Amino acid sequence: MNLKERIAKRVAKEFKPGNIVNLGIGLPTLVANYVPKEMNIFFHGENGVLGIGSEVSEEYANLNLTNAGGRFINTLPGAMTFDTAFSFALIRGGHLDYTVLGGLQVDEEGHLANWMVPGKLIPGMGGAMDLVTGAKKVIIAMTHTTKGKPKIVKKCNLPLTSSRRVDLIVTEYAVIEPTDEGLVLKEIAPDIKIDELKTITEAELIIPEDLKIMEL
Amino acid sequence: MKVVKAEEAISFVNDGDSIMIGGFLTVGTPETLIDELIKQNKKNLTIICNDTSFEDKGIGRLIFHKLAKKVITSHIGTNKETQRQYIEKELEVELVPQGTLIEQIRAGGVGLGGILTPTGIGTVVENGKQIIEIDNKKYILEKAIKGKVALVKAKRSDHLGNLQFEFTARNFNPIIAMAAELVIVEVDEIVPAGTFGPDDVHLPGALVDYVVIRRNEK
Repeated sequence: MNLKERIAKRVAKEFKPGNIVNLGIGLPTLVANYVPKEMNIFFHGENGVLGIGSEVSEEYANLNLTNAGGRFINTLPGAMTFDTAFSFALIRGGHLDYTVLGGLQVDEEGHLANWMVPGKLIPGMGGAMDLVTGAKKVIIAMTHTTKGKPKIVKKCNLPLTSSRRVDLIVTEYAVIEPTDEGLVLKEIAPDIKIDELKTITEAELIIPEDLKIMEL
Repeated sequence: MKVVKAEEAISFVNDGDSIMIGGFLTVGTPETLIDELIKQNKKNLTIICNDTSFEDKGIGRLIFHKLAKKVITSHIGTNKETQRQYIEKELEVELVPQGTLIEQIRAGGVGLGGILTPTGIGTVVENGKQIIEIDNKKYILEKAIKGKVALVKAKRSDHLGNLQFEFTARNFNPIIAMAAELVIVEVDEIVPAGTFGPDDVHLPGALVDYVVIRRNEK
């Protein structure tokens, strides 16, 4: 299992049967691979679908049915399609149980930056700002560092996605919960020591007595 | 509603118009109408859309052919040419959160002056905008958006212009059709009125000005 699969597998444990979940593009999309069918999770795509099944190859595809990444999909029995206004009414209106998004930076206040690097990368926010603002729970699924640099920082220096505090950060080495007091380390991977984790984490981590080992 | 050729429908578009175009990446985009905008070389357009697709597909082709002076959109990440023109200041790009953009357009089409949204509070999106506090929660006042022209893609139309969309090709399409003075719709087929019942009409034909049949894919 590579690092991204490890993150995806851990995120998938958060959901409860029947939840409505939006998975962001990239790493978060992998989370669906680790959700058992009997959980009856309704996956939402902001392009206008609730009840995404799986990706399908072009020869089996309806060209007018994709996920938010533009990949052809099928839908599960009970699915619904709709326009963008309704899609974001679900998002902003607090009807999504979870959104799982990638991140460029998360800081000690639990603020997320994931939509641009000024002067370098300007994809735009797409649906990310609405998702972070409106979903009941926001999970950030990202690698712990990028090119050796920490992504969990004291304060984001990239433009924020929202002023809302995210609910959980899952990396290949740790599960971290942003709280009023700061970032609480809930779980640590079995293949890293706390001191090593601290060297690759710029933000201060609060280590609780009941720290658990991440199940891989 | 009148059924016309793409050439005639697009002849009603003027240089400098603000044009709303349906589509998410390439899904639900009126490609035949876009072909015609390029052919007739309509210039200085303000394009309002979800995303600028890819350089060689959908709305992205309008950017590639430099027909736009401004784009109001939520995402340009899949189109390197949009990013290049934006960075080189050849193109004005206004990035708007997707849920805010569609709701601004919806407001424009339903007679509202704007909307109050929590999305963007505490980010660069709130800069220069009025913040209104209601019951101790902050909202941004985002003004309604209207367009001169809406270019819509539907699955089919009946002879009265009643429209049906398909799956995720619906996206911005029915919303932009409410918010523009001139509504041009590209469809895969036109069927007799009554073919689909009242419950299955997604947008009433009374709002549609022109219907164009999609050209077969090359």
